[in-house]
Amino acid sequence: MPDGTQTKTAMLEIADLHGFYGESHVLHGVSLEVRQGEVVTLLGRNGAGKTSTMRAIMGIMAKRTGSIRFQGTELIGMAQHRIPRLGIGYVPEERGIFSSLSVDENLTLPPVVKEGGMTVPQIYDLFPNLKGRGSTQGTRLSGGEQQMLAIARILRTGANLILLDEPTEGLAPVIIEQIGVAVRALKARGFTIVLVEQNFRFAATIADRHYVMEEGHVVDMIPNDQLHANMDKLHTYLGV
Amino acid sequence: MSHLFGIPPQALFGQLLLGLINGSFYALLSLGLAVIFGMLNVVNMAHGALYMVGAFVAWLLLTYAGVGYWGALVLAPLAVGLIGLALERTMLRRLYKVDHLYGLLLTFGLALIVEGAFRHQYGVSGQPYPIPDALKGGTNLGFMYLPTYRGWVVVASLLVCLGTWYAIERTKLGAYLRAATENPTLVQAFGINVPVMVSLTYGFGVALAGLAGVLAAPIYQVSPLMGSNLIIVVFAVVVIGGMGSILGAIVTGLGLGLLEGLTKVFYPEASNIVVFVIMAVVLMLKPAGLFGRER
Repeated sequence: MPDGTQTKTAMLEIADLHGFYGESHVLHGVSLEVRQGEVVTLLGRNGAGKTSTMRAIMGIMAKRTGSIRFQGTELIGMAQHRIPRLGIGYVPEERGIFSSLSVDENLTLPPVVKEGGMTVPQIYDLFPNLKGRGSTQGTRLSGGEQQMLAIARILRTGANLILLDEPTEGLAPVIIEQIGVAVRALKARGFTIVLVEQNFRFAATIADRHYVMEEGHVVDMIPNDQLHANMDKLHTYLGV
Repeated sequence: MSHLFGIPPQALFGQLLLGLINGSFYALLSLGLAVIFGMLNVVNMAHGALYMVGAFVAWLLLTYAGVGYWGALVLAPLAVGLIGLALERTMLRRLYKVDHLYGLLLTFGLALIVEGAFRHQYGVSGQPYPIPDALKGGTNLGFMYLPTYRGWVVVASLLVCLGTWYAIERTKLGAYLRAATENPTLVQAFGINVPVMVSLTYGFGVALAGLAGVLAAPIYQVSPLMGSNLIIVVFAVVVIGGMGSILGAIVTGLGLGLLEGLTKVFYPEASNIVVFVIMAVVLMLKPAGLFGRER
């Protein structure tokens, strides 16, 4: 279990990351740093490179240069299936619940990569909606429940860094509220979380710091406690 | 009950048994094709040739190494599976990013080369393969005579089919397989080595063909063309059952074998085309196949 005692150590350091989808160059020198136990968001307009940054960390975007270090280990050049085994859990934007698997099978699919992951009863405490739904086909759950399942299945694995890509997208406010409670509970348990969010108000309730991305790189970093002072700047960045 | 619909029962049950045997082979072969198609998106045209290779490995083992049927039942699928692994690693792997048709063309070309090579070496007249001693003879069931070996083929292929179905639908390994069929990128992002899984899936799929080849050796002659005679019907079975559907492959394989047998009794002229007529009707009414899901 991540214990949060070393809150000042950098857990994830990205320096001058460039990324490509085939010929198109989508990340232009991303640099950022996430410390142990922090919740950090990536904010920015559509196409700014937030999801691409996550995909580059996971190695799903294969063509990349620069440096991505997780607890000191360089991820660029590492075989793709080894990256999650270091303790990085990924919750993709499209949630990725498997329709040919039951809820239980979806929940237990990702292999345990480290000791100290949450147990299934602990996960049910966090997401009571999933309880008793084990044999249901994964994609028969509501959108909000699928999102909970997508987060839940990572918590079992013992991963201590979680990449959450737009967990609130398309969900009703009451469900967003539940997801927020869960993310705060995870933070309290010592998980380190990187969150891509369009829902700025949601992000402000849970994050420690915000990185603002534009055109494939980070243009600004705003600590959450200075958010109000920087509102005007942020409105310009996000164009809202 | 000397006649049933004007047909002597011996003839009816005899044809039904023959249909069940053919159906067992259809099921085993289309099961392998379905597993491979589901995971690799490759229409494996080399399947018939690898079935033939399975039978030949059994025959070669017996002729040159003195290894009998039971040994061959283990070694031949293993050999065919290893050949499959090598094919996947060296050739098929390069085609995943392009259209399915390239995989089809490659495997079709491989089938022609393999069949041509065996034809060149062994000619087209088949080599006989003896029924193992333990499975010789038969039982009179009253209404028909059941040769023991044929009964064994039906039971063995049913067990293998059900075992495969169970492994895919009910086990953890099967859950990885199903998940990777749906979304390989995400399964990889959970830390599973998907390319290795893909290789093993192909190896397993063709090993099933190799096993079918060994089972077939004592019934049909071991001949270089035994695969190409069978594979066209097997593809029809896969299309009717639904591309990539495991249960569909098993049920449709057995069902069509039986139906073919029945057609031989009641309207022999149609027995060679009945499967294709059904395929045409199924494609019109349910383009994804009886058990298939629209992709």
